[in-house]
Amino acid sequence: MATLNVLILVCLGYVVLLFGVAFAADRMAAAGRGAWLRSPLIYTLSLSIYCTAWTFYGAVGNAARSGLEFVTIYLGPTLVMVSWWWGLRKLVRVGRSQRVTSIADLISSRYGKSNTLAICVTILAVLGGTPYIALQLQSITLSFSIFAEADPSGLYREGSSVFWVATGLAVFAILFGTRNLDANERHHGVVTAIALEAVVKLFALLAVGAFVVWGVAGGISPMMDRIDASEIGHWNVDAGRWTTLIFLSAAAFVCLPRMFQVMVVENADEGHLRTAAWAFPLYLLLMSLFVVPIAVVGLDLLPAGSNPDLFVLTVPLSQGNDWLAMFSFIGGFSSATSMVIVTAMALSTMVSNHVVMPIWLSTQEGSGSVSGDVRNVVLMARRVSIAVIMALGFFYYRLSGGGAALASIGLVAFAGFSQLLPALVGGMFWRGATRTGALVGLTVGFLLWIYTLLLPGMGGALMPETVLQNGPFGWSWLRPQALFGIEGMDPMVHTVMWSLSLNTVAFCVASLLSFPSPLERLQGAQFVNVFDHSVAPRGWTGSVAQSEDLMIMTQRILGTVPAQEFFQAEAERQGGRTSLPEPTPSFLERLERELSGSVGAATAHAMIGQIVGGSSVSVEDLLAVADESAQLLEYSSQLEAKSAELTLTARKLREANTKLTQISEQKDSFLSQVSHELRTPMTSIRAFSEIMRDSDGLSHEEQKRYAAIIHDEALRLTRLLDDLLDLSVLESGRVNLNVGGDTLRSVLDRAVSSALAGAGQTLTVQRTKASERIPLQTDLDRLGQVFINLISNAQKYCDAEEPVLTISAHDVGGQVIIDFADNGSGIPPEARSMVFEKFARVGVDKAGGAGLGLAICREIMQRLGGEISYLPGQGGAAFRVRLPMAYRQAAQ
Amino acid sequence: MNSREVRPPSGPRPSLFLERQSYRRRRLSDAARLLPFLGAALLAIPLLWPGDQSGSEDVPLSSAIFYIFTCWAALIIASLLFGFAAKRLGAAEDTEPETDRWQR
Repeated sequence: MATLNVLILVCLGYVVLLFGVAFAADRMAAAGRGAWLRSPLIYTLSLSIYCTAWTFYGAVGNAARSGLEFVTIYLGPTLVMVSWWWGLRKLVRVGRSQRVTSIADLISSRYGKSNTLAICVTILAVLGGTPYIALQLQSITLSFSIFAEADPSGLYREGSSVFWVATGLAVFAILFGTRNLDANERHHGVVTAIALEAVVKLFALLAVGAFVVWGVAGGISPMMDRIDASEIGHWNVDAGRWTTLIFLSAAAFVCLPRMFQVMVVENADEGHLRTAAWAFPLYLLLMSLFVVPIAVVGLDLLPAGSNPDLFVLTVPLSQGNDWLAMFSFIGGFSSATSMVIVTAMALSTMVSNHVVMPIWLSTQEGSGSVSGDVRNVVLMARRVSIAVIMALGFFYYRLSGGGAALASIGLVAFAGFSQLLPALVGGMFWRGATRTGALVGLTVGFLLWIYTLLLPGMGGALMPETVLQNGPFGWSWLRPQALFGIEGMDPMVHTVMWSLSLNTVAFCVASLLSFPSPLERLQGAQFVNVFDHSVAPRGWTGSVAQSEDLMIMTQRILGTVPAQEFFQAEAERQGGRTSLPEPTPSFLERLERELSGSVGAATAHAMIGQIVGGSSVSVEDLLAVADESAQLLEYSSQLEAKSAELTLTARKLREANTKLTQISEQKDSFLSQVSHELRTPMTSIRAFSEIMRDSDGLSHEEQKRYAAIIHDEALRLTRLLDDLLDLSVLESGRVNLNVGGDTLRSVLDRAVSSALAGAGQTLTVQRTKASERIPLQTDLDRLGQVFINLISNAQKYCDAEEPVLTISAHDVGGQVIIDFADNGSGIPPEARSMVFEKFARVGVDKAGGAGLGLAICREIMQRLGGEISYLPGQGGAAFRVRLPMAYRQAAQ
Repeated sequence: MNSREVRPPSGPRPSLFLERQSYRRRRLSDAARLLPFLGAALLAIPLLWPGDQSGSEDVPLSSAIFYIFTCWAALIIASLLFGFAAKRLGAAEDTEPETDRWQR
């Protein structure tokens, strides 16, 4: 029933459907409709080009050979997707902010837009990709042959079918992959077609799986028993291979050009990663769910020696389920076509941007502006590259004869691509990574991969058996599969371990030893800190005369209308009236980025360089960029300083306010105290004068007594007012000092005699007159006033039976110290701090003065440049007066 | 007299502590970041299983399949939940940076 003709018809119908879908999606996107084209679902499904025909057919074959080992190929990407927050998010952000067109472009862009590096990566990608494409051709051809065997007409010829398959795929890729020049733009048509193919291949595999489990084995439980009973029924995966393959597939998932294309270049929204983080692992899980059952049933049902890689097809066929087999064939066809199309697109972009364009540019050198239509050149280069890549795949397939198992070819390619990992990861996370480091690391890894894996795998033609056995020139430590004499390792583990570790070491060492160019350092900072700032380096200085040349060149790359629109927008942004913008550095930088979306970073850089006259990234520019952040820092620190200043001022104001409040309170209490002090004598004066006025029969004695009281009280008032006046004069600082010279002894003599005059001689004054021969140069009257006050205080307050005042004078370090100590009970500690305050009186009982004496003393001593303080621990009340030796020393 | 010294605040700094919701979101993204390590650890467990086919202690393939696919599904579900939770708690990036330094 399922003849070859029907099969071919179905294939053609399917391809036509894909064309239709791709075309419709392109139309919808162009019309601005179809937001679902940019949905996370489509993005996730487009990631499924990871599952090629190799995984569609080869996974079952792998499972039939080595059990669960096949699952490693899916577990690696699962881990990468789950850890998207660490790596993929940054990769996608960098890819979008730098308008990267391919993985070669990304690496070249990171390392100073170096074209050498881009060419290296391109060569590696083409070398690794060719066997991979051949693998897809092989799988399609093999699946054709299965149906051809059953077809009685026998019209099938393998060679021609491969040729037509390759041609068909090339045409599809050219038609949809090179429609628009801007490789950084989304290819909605292709991506949608790939999403459709993803659904088809998933359902095909699930259908076969369900058929096998429920149709053949009869349910899950019998299937499990059957699995355990089969020849692969035990866990027998080598530990080294398990780890290595998970790591390898994870690395390849990031580094494969086609994965980079759909994951980074075609990404429309960073947020899609959030969905893909779980949806894509789910897709992988579903893809691998039925692999072991199909393999086990295939091993059971089919004759020994049949190719396990084709169990997906042969199991339904052997059960007579032709339509299921047809569906499964379409699934395999889908996986092969989608992979080939995207790979061809990705590789052709690399080849045209990094190999063809630089060569073409160098032939145009000297003519100043670019002549000819660059658009056509680039597009033609892409188309030819696709054709050439497909032809390479075709010839590889014809030459190798398609013998090796599918899985092993795929793994060889994986190991090749994973050599990009150190340069990629290092470039994203380490600012110290340099171009030299990347080049050296890539070269080391790449050569080791060729030497230890690719050549030995290709058979005796390219690497003689003797080399494999004994090493080149008989150096056994250089045997390709046992480097440095370490034998017994699995060849794959051996290669991955040595190539990647030496690659990484070389990358790091060369990076550490070399010094990057300014452009490299700028790009490095942008890549590593992409989340902090996405500002491009400013590398261009231009003059007005070049705008026209730039315009001509841009028209030839972007097309007339887009280029004019771009220039118009730029001119408006600059606020000019003409249609040509000034070639300011920022304009040139945007133009370069715009162009790099079409021809790649390195080429765009070189093209603008040709017109503008070379990149002018210098240390000064680096400094300028650094300056910007430094200025920000400085500005913020200035703000900080100002704010601190304000806080300080506020604190001072607060303090001043507190002081003012205190002073105001002091003034209030002073006023009330003064009123009180004035009121007491006033009251008695008033009372006695009233008595004298109103009482008629007062005796002369009484009159005299009352008048004496009034007189005393008036005297007291006068004294109080004198004291207050004195104090206010002293406090306001308007006091005039009459500086004179005398000895301390004579000042004390006068003070003692005037203080004790009039009073009963109850107080004994002890003095050491010999030590008092100190010359003084100060206001002697004021000083005498202080001494009198202290002596009369002792006379008034000393409560000893025989009061004795000891006056001693010392001369210490340029200061005269005079102590007045009596033998009374002294001043209680809690009152000591108060005695110098106004109206402070110790003990209310002994009313004598107004309590201003010591306050006045303190003020006087301050004016004289000395001080007076209470001296505790002398038995009685003791005061110490300090005075500078000569007045002029202190009272400047 | 005010004895407590007033500390001068020196400019706007990133707040040291976040609001409850932002805090939850932070810790959620921490957990999401740790997920791949958990996954790698779970997938490394088969390395401990006896690999040769000789003994009777071999792990049957059905058990191996069960273990690996269960881990896999658990990873997917955890990743899905994190995705939804992050969306629910606010997809917008945190605007308030959390500083790791104590205020001086």
